[in-house]
Amino acid sequence: MSSGNHHFVEDKKLARIIVVTSGKGGVGKTTTSAAIAMGLAKKGHKTAVIDFDVGLRNLDLIMGCERRVVYDFINVINGEASLRQALIKDKRCNKLFILPASQTRDKEALTQEGVGKVLKDLSKEFKYIVCDSPAGIERGAHLAMYFADDAFVVTNPEVASVRDSDRMLGILASKSRRAENNKEPIKEYLLLTRYSPKRVESGEMLSVEDVQDILSLDLLGVIPDSKSVLNASNSGTPVILNKESSAGQAYSDVVSRYLGEDKPHRFINKEKKGLFNKIFRTKQWAY
Amino acid sequence: MGLLDYFRTSQQSSASLAKERLQILVAHERTSRNQPSYLPRLQQEILAVIQKYVEVEDNAISINYEQDDNQEMLELNITLPENHTKNH
Repeated sequence: MSSGNHHFVEDKKLARIIVVTSGKGGVGKTTTSAAIAMGLAKKGHKTAVIDFDVGLRNLDLIMGCERRVVYDFINVINGEASLRQALIKDKRCNKLFILPASQTRDKEALTQEGVGKVLKDLSKEFKYIVCDSPAGIERGAHLAMYFADDAFVVTNPEVASVRDSDRMLGILASKSRRAENNKEPIKEYLLLTRYSPKRVESGEMLSVEDVQDILSLDLLGVIPDSKSVLNASNSGTPVILNKESSAGQAYSDVVSRYLGEDKPHRFINKEKKGLFNKIFRTKQWAY
Repeated sequence: MGLLDYFRTSQQSSASLAKERLQILVAHERTSRNQPSYLPRLQQEILAVIQKYVEVEDNAISINYEQDDNQEMLELNITLPENHTKNH
């Protein structure tokens, strides 16, 4: 691997660490983590996705590998298992590995030193490390973002979520390794999820522009509210693998955009119903 | 009252109301986030000192902290009562 290209040189490591965070619960952090990790891996980048929600793990379920969990993140931190033993290789994509959270251990077992060591070891082998943050601003959430290079701030177009996202931005700016070492700050991106263009048009939902005005963040993507997200979690398949679904397509765009491709935003405006669409409902919205 | 008011109030969509409330709240929370943590105690102690000499209300003092690229400014505002010198 060449070490001559852009930002990877700075830290003398290969991996880029992404935290998926929000402050508020239930906005789509785990759905997003699963989707973008799968998307990055499908693009050929060796990717690890880590569940930081100790005691309430769910990434395994969303990824569909819940029956294959033997060792977990805390086991690795405590030296009870090696990374190799704990990482679960995805069955659909051989570039993707999942590190599940511990379901039973006390949260105190998650230490800054331990997390730092695991991330450093993973960095030797992986190109991207996706940290799925728990809700709230306690230890798990703090450690999920502490070592990050990039932050995907998952936000719903709704007052409580926007406020909590802004709170997270404050924490990202002040309580990360980059902030403490006076390095270039964490790059923050807005990911607006559960978006309903129809409700925006009728004035019952904050628009993309509204949320951007308030948070002043670079927009990485808008994920439309879609039935396919629940269907995907029901079956343990990251929604990005559903090429028919609007949410899946939107996540694909997000991954491409993150990797530097120029993709125009989709699913922001209400679908114009032409005569054709009225007769044959387009697949994109039906699923 | 009645019908006219109904139309007047329903002009503002709930989304624009949400945006308005958020903009005010977020602006407020951002300023207090960037303030040094000693500010509330500083305010209390300054108030105590002033009250030793002048009879002022507890809310007669306001502290405003501002920060830009190359300077930090601490603005202290004390409202003195009209007859405050009489007692001394």
